[in-house]
Amino acid sequence: MKKLINDPADVVVEALRGMAAAHPDRLRVDLENRVVYRRDPIRAGKVGLVSGGGSGHEPMHGGLVGLGMLDAACAGEVFTSPVPDQMMAATKQVDGGAGVLHIVKNYTGDVMNFEMAAELAAAEAGTEVQSVVVDDDVAVQDSLYTAGRRGVGTTVLLEKIVGAAAEEGRSLADCAALATQVAESGRSMGMALTSCTVPAAGKPTFDLAEDEMEVGIGIHGEPGRKRMPMAPAKEVAEMLLEPVLADLDFTGDTGAIVMMNGMGGTPLLELYLMYHEVAQILEKSGVTVARNLVGNYITSLEMAGCSVTLLRADDDLVGLWDAPVNTPGLRWGV
Amino acid sequence: MANLQSFTEWIADYASVVSEQADYLTDLDRAIGDADHGSNMNRGMVKAAELAGAEEFSAIDAYLKKVGMSLVSNVGGASGPLYGTFFLRMAGAFADVAEAGAAEVGAGLRAGVEGILARGKAETGDKTMYDAWSPALDAFDEAVGAGSDLAGALRAAADAAARGRDATKDLIARKGRASYLGERSRGHIDPGATSSTLLIESAARSLA
Repeated sequence: MKKLINDPADVVVEALRGMAAAHPDRLRVDLENRVVYRRDPIRAGKVGLVSGGGSGHEPMHGGLVGLGMLDAACAGEVFTSPVPDQMMAATKQVDGGAGVLHIVKNYTGDVMNFEMAAELAAAEAGTEVQSVVVDDDVAVQDSLYTAGRRGVGTTVLLEKIVGAAAEEGRSLADCAALATQVAESGRSMGMALTSCTVPAAGKPTFDLAEDEMEVGIGIHGEPGRKRMPMAPAKEVAEMLLEPVLADLDFTGDTGAIVMMNGMGGTPLLELYLMYHEVAQILEKSGVTVARNLVGNYITSLEMAGCSVTLLRADDDLVGLWDAPVNTPGLRWGV
Repeated sequence: MANLQSFTEWIADYASVVSEQADYLTDLDRAIGDADHGSNMNRGMVKAAELAGAEEFSAIDAYLKKVGMSLVSNVGGASGPLYGTFFLRMAGAFADVAEAGAAEVGAGLRAGVEGILARGKAETGDKTMYDAWSPALDAFDEAVGAGSDLAGALRAAADAAARGRDATKDLIARKGRASYLGERSRGHIDPGATSSTLLIESAARSLA
C-alpha cells in the first residue's frame, strides 16, 4: 500500500484537521464527534440538513457543507457508516427550530445508524427529524432479495437542490417532499478500471486484471454487475447509460441534470472525454441536458473509473440548482 | 451459574478473540463486502472490554447495557447497531438477575437475537449472522430440554452456530452489502455469522 498517510488508524481525523485548516472561513470541525459544520450557527427557522456516511468519498459529504448545501456532515471510518452519537450531536446542533432532514444513502449500516439516531434525537431533545433515503444505483436489482439499490450520485445533486430549498426558507415537510422527489427522479450507474485500497485493510479490495473492467460498481469497492474486457470510452458510455435510460424516462421538456463523476483515480481529461460521449448519446436519445456537472464529487478512494447520474428536472429543480452555493466542493453564484 | 464477573470475562474473552481474528474477519468481508468487519469489530470490542476496568458495575443488566451502547458508538457499519442492539436487548432480559443459569442465559440470548431481527429484518437463509444465531438458539433450548446445564447448552449452541456459519458458504446473500453480488456471493462464508459464532464460542468458555 502506497498512501500519503501517517497511520491508517488516524486517516479520517487527520483529514478532518486538514479540512478545518483549509476552510476556516466556511467550516467548523468537531474533531471529537467527527462532524463538519458550517462556520456560522444555523439561522433560526431554517431547516437543518444533516448527511454523512463512510469516509473515502470526498468531497462528499464534508466538502459539501456550506451556504446552500449541507449544515452538517458526519464522517465515519473509511467506507463505514458513522455512528448514532455523531448524528445526534449534529442533529441537535443544526436544529434551528424548523426541524432537521437526514439525507441517507441506502446502505444497511447507514440506514440502521441514522434510524437509531433519529429515534434517540426525538426522544432526548424533541427534535423533529425527517429522513430521505437515496437509492439510485441501477446496477443493483431492486427486489425483496437484496438490500435494495445503493445510494450514489443522486445524493450530491439532492444535497445541492434541497440545500437551496432550505436556504430559501422552505419548511421541513416541503424539504422532505422535495428530497423524495429528487431521490425518485435520479438514476446512476458506475464502472471501475481499478480497485481501491482501504487504509486499514492495506490491500486492494478486489483484483481486476490489466485488461478488465468492472461495470455496475458501487462506491466501496464492492463488486459490480459484471466483469468484462476493457472497451473504448464510447462503448463504456453506452453501457453506463443504457440501464439508466431504460429505468426512467428523461425526455421531458426540462430535460435532465447530468453528472459525469470520477471515482477518484481518473483524470479530468478522461472525464471530459466521457462527458462528450454521454452528451452525444443523450442527444440521440432525445434527452435535453438542462445542467451538467463534471468532476470528482462522490469518489471511492483512489479507484479509477466513473459514474454517470441523470436527474429528471423541472423548473423548480433547475432554479434551485442555479441558486448560490459556497462549499469547498461546489461553489457558484457567490 | 453465570454472574457479573462471568459476563465481564465473556466480553474480555471475545475482545481478545476478535483481536486475534480481526484480519480473518476482514478477509471474509473483503470477499463479499467492504473489507472492514474485523477492524470495526476490533475497535468496538477494545472499547467494550475497557468498560469493566473503567467503572464499577453493580448488576449484569447495567453492564450489558453499557457494552451495547459502547458497540453502537464505536463499531459503525451495520455491525454496530446489530451487536449493540443484541446487548441492549439482552440487558433487558437480565433485570434483577444476579446469578444466571441456563434458563436465564437462554432467555437473554433469545431477547438479544430478537433485537437483531428487529433491527436487521433478516430471515433464516439470508446469509447473515442470523444463520449462526438461529440454529444456536434452537440447539441451546434442545440441550436444556434434554437436561443439560448451562455449560452443556452453550457448547451445543456453539457447535450449532459453527455449523450454521459453515452452511452460509452455499447461500446467496439477500441482506446487506453482500446481497449486491447475487449469485457471486455463493462460495464465501458470511463474516457476520463468523463473528457471531466466535461470540457464542466465547460464551461457552466464559459464562458457564
